[in-house]
Amino acid sequence: MDVEPPLHEDVLARRGAIVAGLCRLLPEDAVISDRARLRPYETDGMASERQVPLAVALPSTTGEVVAVMRFLHREGVPVVPRGAGTSLSGGALPRADAVVLGMMRMHRILEVDYADRFARVQAGVTNLAITEAVQKGGFFYAPDPSSQLACMIGGNVAMNAGGAHCLRYGVTTNNLLGLTVVTAEGDVVEIGGRHVDAAGYDWLGLLTGSEGQLAVVTEVTVRILHAAEGARAMLVAFKANEVAGACVAAIIAAGIIPVALEFMDRPAIAACEAFAHAGYPLDAEALLIVEVEGSAAEQDALLARISGICARFEPVSLRVSASAEESAAIWKGRKGAFGAVGRISPDYLCMDGTIPTGRLAEVLARIGEMSGRYGLKVANIFHAGDGNLHPLILFDANDADSQRRAEEFGAEILRLCVEVGGCLTGEHGVGVEKRPLMGVQFNPTELAQQRRIKEAFDPGWLLNPSKVFPAADAAA
Amino acid sequence: MQTSFTPEQLRDPGLAAANEVLRTCVHCGFCTATCPTFVLKGDELDSPRGRIYLIKDMLEEGGPPGALVVRHIDRCLSCLSCMTTCPSGVHYMHLVDYARGVIETRHTRPWHDRLLRRLLAALLPYPARFRTALRAARLARPFAPLLPRSGVLASRMRAMLALAPERLPAADGGMAGKVWRPEGTRRFRVALLAGCAQRVLDPEINAATIRLLTRMGGEVVVPDGSGCCGALAHHLGRHGQTLAEVRANVAAWTREMAGEGLDGIVVNASGCGAMVKDYGFLMRLEPEADSAAKVAALAMDVSEALLRFGYAPSRPPAGITVAYHAACGLQHGQKITEEPKLLLAKAGFRVAMPAEAHLCCGSAGSYNMLQPEIADSLRERKLGNLRDCAADVVATGNIGCLTQLAGHGLPVLHTVMLLDWMAGGPRPAALEAAAVPEPEGEARAHELAAEAAGQLGG
Repeated sequence: MDVEPPLHEDVLARRGAIVAGLCRLLPEDAVISDRARLRPYETDGMASERQVPLAVALPSTTGEVVAVMRFLHREGVPVVPRGAGTSLSGGALPRADAVVLGMMRMHRILEVDYADRFARVQAGVTNLAITEAVQKGGFFYAPDPSSQLACMIGGNVAMNAGGAHCLRYGVTTNNLLGLTVVTAEGDVVEIGGRHVDAAGYDWLGLLTGSEGQLAVVTEVTVRILHAAEGARAMLVAFKANEVAGACVAAIIAAGIIPVALEFMDRPAIAACEAFAHAGYPLDAEALLIVEVEGSAAEQDALLARISGICARFEPVSLRVSASAEESAAIWKGRKGAFGAVGRISPDYLCMDGTIPTGRLAEVLARIGEMSGRYGLKVANIFHAGDGNLHPLILFDANDADSQRRAEEFGAEILRLCVEVGGCLTGEHGVGVEKRPLMGVQFNPTELAQQRRIKEAFDPGWLLNPSKVFPAADAAA
Repeated sequence: MQTSFTPEQLRDPGLAAANEVLRTCVHCGFCTATCPTFVLKGDELDSPRGRIYLIKDMLEEGGPPGALVVRHIDRCLSCLSCMTTCPSGVHYMHLVDYARGVIETRHTRPWHDRLLRRLLAALLPYPARFRTALRAARLARPFAPLLPRSGVLASRMRAMLALAPERLPAADGGMAGKVWRPEGTRRFRVALLAGCAQRVLDPEINAATIRLLTRMGGEVVVPDGSGCCGALAHHLGRHGQTLAEVRANVAAWTREMAGEGLDGIVVNASGCGAMVKDYGFLMRLEPEADSAAKVAALAMDVSEALLRFGYAPSRPPAGITVAYHAACGLQHGQKITEEPKLLLAKAGFRVAMPAEAHLCCGSAGSYNMLQPEIADSLRERKLGNLRDCAADVVATGNIGCLTQLAGHGLPVLHTVMLLDWMAGGPRPAALEAAAVPEPEGEARAHELAAEAAGQLGG
């Protein structure tokens, strides 16, 4: 990992007064400051990085967020916003001089409007809870990260989260209408609204994916969509990763956009089958999950076309889901995939890069070659349709050498993504994980321009300061 | 997840097993979303992942845990919803149970907390003592308003007084050593875990279970020496008492298996079933390890037993809609989700499922007496979801849930009461109170028709 920007020594020295100040602003059980109870907050979904924070604050309303932010700004204390703590890039990793602002108590659905197709919710509402809240009206919220059961919409906005169904419906930024945010100074700003476009600059686009570095999101207005008549998943198994990769490229090149087009390799298939009992073919080297939707006739027509393309790549097996229960099990396995890998390895690094779909076969082959070179196994589970890779590098955190090799291996994969014309991130953000590699993606002018945007919102570098920018480019 | 135990620490087999569990967790956070206390409290520390972390630190450091840390472990209901959700297969139950034992030996609780826990462990597993205690609680209830309005002690006292029923059913007259003969030819033979608190609070559950099984050609035995399953003491972290209670059951059932033989050990309280099925792990380091594992393999929930031995209703459908409340010991502890619903449907009931079925009702053994505020919030949430089902009656597979949910305007009864009724047993009393329509004419007509058919055939 990169060198951390220096800590605010004065903040560390005033710890007692800062905690006392927070206690005056929030209820007794909303401030955590003893070391034993701060420890569980020292990490998120990327457990290899850990840092105990100065304190944790758990506001329940936008008003409480404002009070806390004003106070911390006055005191010059860094803030690390945190949703459910499911980030795989260390987006919610604390600093020793920072207060973690946990948004988990802000979990109210504020408004649902089917006529205007929007839902307004607090930042700590889980992604899945939005869909659950609008399901009875026949609607859903489209972006569906695998962690959608647990991850919160505020974090989805911060990381511009994606998901299996984003191939068809776009990622978070394509499904937002408005935000209520609190600035570093503690002011409330409303951005966008309930309409498709907003007057002036596209601030919504700017704030989405800004990783908690420009403002704290407290409320989100999302676009909700009417669910299709029906959907069906198909499992197609292949004899090699590269063959499956080439098949994906052929489907996309034929102009077909299924709702989802997911890839799993042999180790991933085994782990997910053990968890979900979905009937994945255990003898296959690679598996594609293809989902189509629409009327029964539309589904049949699309599946027939896709099957025709798959046939050119000599699939080992091809099975169309026969029931809603079968489809549910297929998706349960896919969505639980990262956790399920915990069954075959004590630890993993989950990589997240994007490549042009046309290069899938070649990149998968090179990852396989690296796996041999580093002596570490890889499980591949990813959104193949939009070229968003998730190689999971399996290692043992109780073995320091294995962890070091895993980190080097991961960096080499991401460099490869950039080299073939792709990108360092797909949907997990940069966080702390990919900071050192930002220079691979951006030249110094581009980085400087991004830094000027950061400083326009947060000149004191108090908002999630140790993320995204390589240490040398972040404020001292 | 990374752990840092010394080789010396890992020589303790309990800690070694806990380390294995910790290493399975990859810290993905899925479990937080389905944890009742996280949903209510919105704090990582009140989630399974947070507790796993607190336990890891407590075990690594090895000293006595602080009161603040213990508070978050104590708030865990052991509903095991996290284990249903966990994609990595983390055995949270073994971890938190081990941690409770460690807390019990290393942490000193306030005097009133110690006293209450000792009382619960000394009363609940013993029907005669529990009965006396409930009578005393009923006498004490008029004095409840005199309790201070705030404070842990006062709210726990209030909760206990409120949970004591108005009227106690007649005692079951003792069950140990009894055998109930099958109707007709003996098709199978099972032991019944008669239970402890359930026998006092609602002896009809055992009576209905026995009627159901004997009617199906089963011989039912409650072997001498079998008693409380040990879960109450186990969840209070009382290792010695737990082992003694488990050992007594293992010995009693093993004698029965060696004697006339058993086709199953039937349990009709979900938490007890989850416990008995884990006897193999609990006793793995004891001399009785093998026999405990054999006992565990024979244990089955009453719903599993009824399906296996061929439950069949004899009355026509009663036209009643049943909201099925999935007890955590069944849905999460034993992964039994479909069997009770299948049986209810087979018996002719329309089955409705409430929203948030995965969330605990707050009963959780002695939890509703130790953590009344959280238990009350969960009960209100559960009652709201059950009311939305607009069903005639609520059925569930656990006495704890029955006690927790009863008395709030919804008739709640054990699933076996409904199944027994439809197979020829008495109409459950809970339906009278709820004014659920009696399909008497229809039922009588069917009975007459069945009798006539029997006479013709015979």
